[in-house]
Amino acid sequence: MSTAFLYALVGVGLFCIGLYALIVHAHLLRKILAINVMGSGVFLVLVALANRTENLSPDPVPHAMVITGIVVAISATALALTLMLKVAMETGRAELPDEGRE
Amino acid sequence: MGRNRWLLLPLFVSLFVGLSYAVLSLPEHPESLQKMVVDKIEVSGVSNPVTAVLLNFRGYDTLLEMVVLLLALLGVWSLGSSAVRREATPDPVLDTLARLLVPVLILVAAYLLWVGAHAPGGAFQAGSVLGATGVLLLLAGWRLRADLTALPLRLVLVAGPGAFVAMAVVTLLIQGQLLEYPPAQAGILILILETGATLSIGATLTALFLGTRPQHKENE
Repeated sequence: MSTAFLYALVGVGLFCIGLYALIVHAHLLRKILAINVMGSGVFLVLVALANRTENLSPDPVPHAMVITGIVVAISATALALTLMLKVAMETGRAELPDEGRE
Repeated sequence: MGRNRWLLLPLFVSLFVGLSYAVLSLPEHPESLQKMVVDKIEVSGVSNPVTAVLLNFRGYDTLLEMVVLLLALLGVWSLGSSAVRREATPDPVLDTLARLLVPVLILVAAYLLWVGAHAPGGAFQAGSVLGATGVLLLLAGWRLRADLTALPLRLVLVAGPGAFVAMAVVTLLIQGQLLEYPPAQAGILILILETGATLSIGATLTALFLGTRPQHKENE
């Protein structure tokens, strides 16, 4: 097993931690952060697995995908934060209503 | 709630194990696209493989990605203004820091844009640095002049996607393929596209940070 797989496993771990936080936390800011952690895990898996080549230089195609992915993740986060602000202004709390819990 | 969390834990451990198995079962030395990129790098116009993939081999993806950025900004703008907006006067340290850093950051962005042709760098990195510059300016209390918020701002925002679409149409008409550059001019064409994309990415990220559409005073 090479170091590429070690980093990929760290990425898988980040993804799982993010998914866990996404489910257990009700606050929308925590959910947005959790999705970002999940995304970072996916990026790490992609970048790590790009380095499985025999010679020195890694595969550039996943790297290009990650570069575009990061910018898309930033803009999606900005949109999500604006939506969260709207919810907080309307209801006074940055949480979605959950009838089942009460 | 507490009980449910303990039920979730084994679920996530098994998810981690399953995903790890999927990752580890991938071949150690796969047939990657790297060989194709290395073979064709001569005709791409740049010598940095990541830039070659982004702007030449997969230029179509980058075109759509610029549109995604624009759509996100349109989404934020269409949500209207948020009431919570404090206009605090910045403290002198931040103000001085912004004055010192902004020229340096712009220079760094230009360098990253230029160096992207043959080393790590390129439109996205340069655009992110420009976006950070804009955020720093906004934090230091700077606002875009009112007469620039309408048309000039929009022109900058669509510079990247607009350049991409124009280039796609031109190459489609001349070369017969979407975003297929003639190898002799590929380098300069990629630089033009990247310059537009850098400006757009920087402006879009700054506008996303501001959160609301910059208002221009009408009928005054």
